[in-house]
Amino acid sequence: MLYLNLFLQGLAQGSIYALIAVGLTLVYGLLRILHVAHAGLFALGAYISVTVTNATGSFPLAVLAAVAITGLAGMAIYRLLYEPILDRPPFVALIASIGLFIAMEEAFRLAFGPYGLSYAVPPNMETITFGGLFLSRAQILLMVVAALLLGGLGLLTERTRTGVAWRATVTDPPMAQSFGIDIVRVRYLSFFIGSALAAVAGVMISLINNLVEPTMGSVPSYKALAIIVLGGLGSVKGTLVAALALGVIEAFGTIYLGNLLDRDAIAFAFLILVLMLRPHGLFGAR
Amino acid sequence: MAYEITLLTIIGINLILALSLNLITGFCGQISLGHAAFYGTGAYCAAILTKAGLPFPPALLAGGVVAGLLGLIVGLTSLRVREDFLAITTMGVGFLFLGFVRKQSWLGGELGVSGIPAPGLSDLGYMVLAIGIAAAVALFSLYVRRSWMGFAFDAVADDEDTARVIGIGVAGYKLTAFALGTALAGIAGGLYAHYARIIVPDTFGFTLSVTILAMVVVGGIGSTWGVIVATVLLSLMPELFRFVNDYKLLLFGGLLLLTMRFSPGGLAGLTRETWHRLRRNQGRNREQVDDGTAARS
Repeated sequence: MLYLNLFLQGLAQGSIYALIAVGLTLVYGLLRILHVAHAGLFALGAYISVTVTNATGSFPLAVLAAVAITGLAGMAIYRLLYEPILDRPPFVALIASIGLFIAMEEAFRLAFGPYGLSYAVPPNMETITFGGLFLSRAQILLMVVAALLLGGLGLLTERTRTGVAWRATVTDPPMAQSFGIDIVRVRYLSFFIGSALAAVAGVMISLINNLVEPTMGSVPSYKALAIIVLGGLGSVKGTLVAALALGVIEAFGTIYLGNLLDRDAIAFAFLILVLMLRPHGLFGAR
Repeated sequence: MAYEITLLTIIGINLILALSLNLITGFCGQISLGHAAFYGTGAYCAAILTKAGLPFPPALLAGGVVAGLLGLIVGLTSLRVREDFLAITTMGVGFLFLGFVRKQSWLGGELGVSGIPAPGLSDLGYMVLAIGIAAAVALFSLYVRRSWMGFAFDAVADDEDTARVIGIGVAGYKLTAFALGTALAGIAGGLYAHYARIIVPDTFGFTLSVTILAMVVVGGIGSTWGVIVATVLLSLMPELFRFVNDYKLLLFGGLLLLTMRFSPGGLAGLTRETWHRLRRNQGRNREQVDDGTAARS
């Protein structure tokens, strides 16, 4: 039963990772940019959710605002920061992104204070016990939402014209363009969807912890990079598997390796191990 | 005066660190997001050795050697993964180092190592030592740049596959760059440990790795003089911006962002561009003068 519980906790954590990392993969697949500031958008989503809920009392409105504003912020980052430096070596965008992320964390701290914010009316988070298993309501909600959104994204990329255009642009941008696909629109769309998903992850974390802090993005940002590398940079399916696997491995690792390494180190030890065996990640093809 | 000595000692240590990363990332083109781990290795190693009774100079060297050996091992990963994958792998090494040190009781865990013996030099003498080593590293960098090894590094950085085709031992040069750069970082770590006399794991985290990389990148990746200027500026920044203490990190992030956005070549690139533009303008002025004389005659 302990194993199953650990497994479920791992899956819940993995769902958060998945929601964040998918956006990163979308960006990397299109632009080959390691978008560290993505985790800043995750924190932005959480902050909007808490402040709007506390101001208006309506949680659904807050979620809507979080998703819309964060999505637009993602598009703005593409337009103002990445587009002008696309033809530079990859580390240029990476460092610019790290700079933006540091600035965003600081901006949250200055705007909302260093101690974080909570919902004025705490969300219902009682733990549900079910035949020896226990999960909080928020965790169950999180897993359902993640499954629905990521499943929906999967359908979108597999079944719709937009999805076909997206995949074509990832595979071969000039060819896609010559077939009449507006690749700039595809990029904007990817940034919007990816950032919106990060905002959803932020909202979910804010429900689970009932706390949003300026530094809440730092651990997910590096973890999400590890995940998209594990999944084979740019592969959406690989990213999902890697995110869930990492959540579960961390859950077990902290129990069994806890006195040797901390949680982050376990994640990165796994990453390095996989990369040494398969240099392009679990599902990377190159 | 004590304040200036402290500041100069820190600048010396930062110079060694930034120049050592410049060897790996600037010269040889192998990005590293985990340089703080080697700085930390050197610091912990030297601190534990002097606490065990070893004199300061051999302990400092031992820290460098151990960090260099660890760097050699991490360098092996650069033979297996490249570019973005390497950036993430080295970042992982940084987190692995931190996670490991935090959990080791013999390394002091979260509390780190305290009561590190004094190096037996006056503050002024220690400053001279730090600046002296930094100057030696700078001269070494300038020398390497013009040596055969520097050209080989350049070739590896530019295009690994072509370098291999023309018979450059890519693997050997990559490992050399990693071993040299990380050993120097280890020495910087030992200097820091005996200057601060207490070390905690959090000092050697990802933020420091990014700060070191920022010094290299803001200076202009691969340019020794650019890196020196940027390191001095960035080391002084907390002092310069003291009047806006609360916004220090915000400014730091913003500076990184704006440098990359508007001048990806860093200070060195900016200087070169301005220089060329001046030269061109001068040329144009001369042409205009020429035209004028031609028209008159």
